[in-house]
Amino acid sequence: MNASPARDGRRPQRPRPSRGRELALRLGLTAVPAAFFTVFFALPVAAIVARGTRADGQWHTGHLAGVLGDHDVQQVLWFTGWQAAASTALTLAVGLPGAYVFARFDFPGRNLLRAVVTVPFVLPTVVAGSAFLALLGRGGLLDDLWGVRLDTTVWAILLAHVFFNLAVVIRTVGGLWAQLDPQQEEAARMLGAGRLRAWRTVTLPALAPAVAAAGLMVFLFTFTSFGVVQILGGPRYSTLEVEIYRQTAQLLDLRTAAVLTLLQFAAVAALLAVHARTVRRRESSLTLVDAARTARRPEGPAQWALLWAVLTVVLLLVLLPLGVLVERSLTGPDGYGLDHYRALMSPAGSGATFLVAPVEAVGNSLAYAAVATGVALLVGGLAATALARAPVGRGPGSRMLRGFDALLMLPLGTSAVTVGFGFLITLDEPPLDLRDSWLLVPLAQALVGVPFVVRTVLPVLRAVDDRLRQAAAVLGASPLRAWREVDLPMVRRAVLVAAGFAFAVSLGEFGATVFIARPEAPTLPVAVARLLGRAGELNYGQAMALSTVLMLVCAASLLLLERLRTDRSGEF
Amino acid sequence: MSLLNLDGVGVRFGTHTALDSVDLELDEHRTVCVLGPSGSGKSTLLRVIAGLQKADAGRVLLDGRDLSGVPAHRRGFGLMFQDHQLFPQRDVAGNVAFGLRVRGTGRAEAEHTVAGLLELVGLPGAQRRNIASLSGGEQQRVALARALAPQPRVLMLDEPLGRLDRRLRERLVVELRELFGRLGTTVLAVTHDQGEAFALADRVVVMRDGRIAQTGTPMEVWQRPASAFVARFLGFDNVVPATVAGAVADTVWGKVPVPGGTPAGPCRLLIRPAGVRPVPVHGGLPCAVTARTFRGDRVVLRLRPHDGPPLEASCAPGDAPEPGAEVGVVFAAGEVVRLPDEDTGRLTGA
Repeated sequence: MNASPARDGRRPQRPRPSRGRELALRLGLTAVPAAFFTVFFALPVAAIVARGTRADGQWHTGHLAGVLGDHDVQQVLWFTGWQAAASTALTLAVGLPGAYVFARFDFPGRNLLRAVVTVPFVLPTVVAGSAFLALLGRGGLLDDLWGVRLDTTVWAILLAHVFFNLAVVIRTVGGLWAQLDPQQEEAARMLGAGRLRAWRTVTLPALAPAVAAAGLMVFLFTFTSFGVVQILGGPRYSTLEVEIYRQTAQLLDLRTAAVLTLLQFAAVAALLAVHARTVRRRESSLTLVDAARTARRPEGPAQWALLWAVLTVVLLLVLLPLGVLVERSLTGPDGYGLDHYRALMSPAGSGATFLVAPVEAVGNSLAYAAVATGVALLVGGLAATALARAPVGRGPGSRMLRGFDALLMLPLGTSAVTVGFGFLITLDEPPLDLRDSWLLVPLAQALVGVPFVVRTVLPVLRAVDDRLRQAAAVLGASPLRAWREVDLPMVRRAVLVAAGFAFAVSLGEFGATVFIARPEAPTLPVAVARLLGRAGELNYGQAMALSTVLMLVCAASLLLLERLRTDRSGEF
Repeated sequence: MSLLNLDGVGVRFGTHTALDSVDLELDEHRTVCVLGPSGSGKSTLLRVIAGLQKADAGRVLLDGRDLSGVPAHRRGFGLMFQDHQLFPQRDVAGNVAFGLRVRGTGRAEAEHTVAGLLELVGLPGAQRRNIASLSGGEQQRVALARALAPQPRVLMLDEPLGRLDRRLRERLVVELRELFGRLGTTVLAVTHDQGEAFALADRVVVMRDGRIAQTGTPMEVWQRPASAFVARFLGFDNVVPATVAGAVADTVWGKVPVPGGTPAGPCRLLIRPAGVRPVPVHGGLPCAVTARTFRGDRVVLRLRPHDGPPLEASCAPGDAPEPGAEVGVVFAAGEVVRLPDEDTGRLTGA
């Protein structure tokens, strides 16, 4: 990035239309996203919470204390917090050396490997859960080899979380690290600082906000972890999110679920507030250079050892579970074969678990995800455009827009179970009766896709130099033409990347979909979970086979995405 | 009537006045350079003319027609940005042809024009090259070709050579001047570099704090700076308060001869370095030589008199005294210029 302040020290200001028109334009842009979030997020969540805390027109706050005082709830809360902290620490411990290696070392296969590390992040939690089950669980690889089972221990959960979130650290921190000018460190060394001291005094402070932001994101994702814990946690371990699911779907105790939802909501809001602060600090001025020029081949045994250590861990942690997953899906009663895949083709082959052949879930998932991606792009694109036009100042208007920005992130941290169940009880009567509509599923999925769209597109939109538009204008291009000729080509890649993220996230969405997907039209993750919920070798094998299919679909969309990768898409 | 007229143009950013009732005329086929230090408002001036910045007061007239309300893309002006602002996602030809495409020029004609322009700016056959692969000088040439392509009524250049190294700059100035002369382009350039302005322009406009401090030909401005500010900005530091009486002026440096016809009374006096002559120590104002800078064809001396501010002298390399030497100084009336006493920066000379 080449900051080029005008010689006068002020950036030339955009010739703004009158204040009123600018405000109207921004309000118009935010209207659709705001309406979307009100109807499909705020209302369902509010309805669930209200149902749990209100009865006979009265607020029952007494229940709050009761739930909070419950020993089991305290256990869940304690476990949710410490497993998230431990997962985050572990992810950072593995991810930071990884970020360094990917940022500073040039080695063959670097780009491919970076793509491989990203695969788990867009994988459905259900697949990750299945993969670790295949590795560590009953009848898993370690069980076969040494009789070791970790699936009922917390280690399985922690390792799966690292597997999942490694990409967040490597991409967020590594992306910035690669752009830090090595000359800064060299300057410190010329002034007499040793290698380590130069790193500590120059590089670390520059990276710290990115590390904090990545750590917070990992904490947020693991704090609200559902699919992984649901599959690997067994009866002993339960996060808030899993407990909300249990209270809502199994025990039908809406009052407890409502309190837990509020609790999670408060925790996530606090996390997001801290995140927003660190992100803003990160926008401080750093000397950034072209990432392609800062990497060089490792020198000396120490650097080679580091490189190999990181590569080994990545291989063990990322590739092994996925490989085992595929291997298990091919293992039938009579040796290797495609039996499990064949069984997916017919409803009968799956016992009484499904009304339709499980393979139809592929079609359902693709269709839902496509619609969800469209909705997420529309809502997220409008929101990003509105946010990009926000003045950088501190006025009430810009504070409101920043609040809007944070609001868009909330669905990431809100219990998907609550959202799904909320859909069922709010969208079932006129004026908006979607109870029997297939649209419910993509709408819920779009909700988690929007934050990804905004985070990916917004930085690119903000980075388009206004003077490029002016250059187009003085060459005779009208504002619309300038937008088409200047903005669109630059944002197009980011939009495609965002679409890829939204698509992958929609494919993998589980917590809300499990509630609202109709029995005759399950999505892939829902079908996998159902298979895993049944006993028997065959069901297990089919679950592995279906997970493999889901993984391949996700990997295909990710590979497409990696080809389009922009350097500025690194916020996740 | 000139091609372009500015009539009392003013721009304010909050409490800061960027332009204060600026009047300017630009004749067809001429090159005018606006010269001024950072923050003098020269870039804002270009942006107002281009239509990228709304003027809070005054009018911009093209052929006598008021341009207020005409958006930037309909004004038919060209603007070369100081950091070029080439479109990174297009190749060289895509950049140069941009202005032609938005005007609906046919593909064949556009290709022909682009080829001709690239030839003209010294980059023949560069059509398919990537913008990122161009050096600074090449980018500058592409930006110039892009601005010239739609044949703008007025071509505006914002610090056209600011980011290039000195040798390239000196060569390009000559090339640009020749090119504009050949094409008959009407050019308005802004720069903070006086050498660039003097080499490029038919007329120079010196700006200070959003106002015009002086207009004139390069020769006029150089020879007769209108104020102490202009003199200092041009690099002349020998400026002192003085009182003229007859053929001499009374200054802190003693009696200084002034050219015949200089009006009497209090004023400021500029003595160009060439008019400060070192002589043997008892022959004039006694000074110590504190520094000596070799400039190739001449040597610049820094002299400290016993009283008053330091003096700068310029002399031939052969007869320059060593630092530390004590010399006398006499002044040559031909290099002495009377400046107005109150330096308001508002006076428009010449």
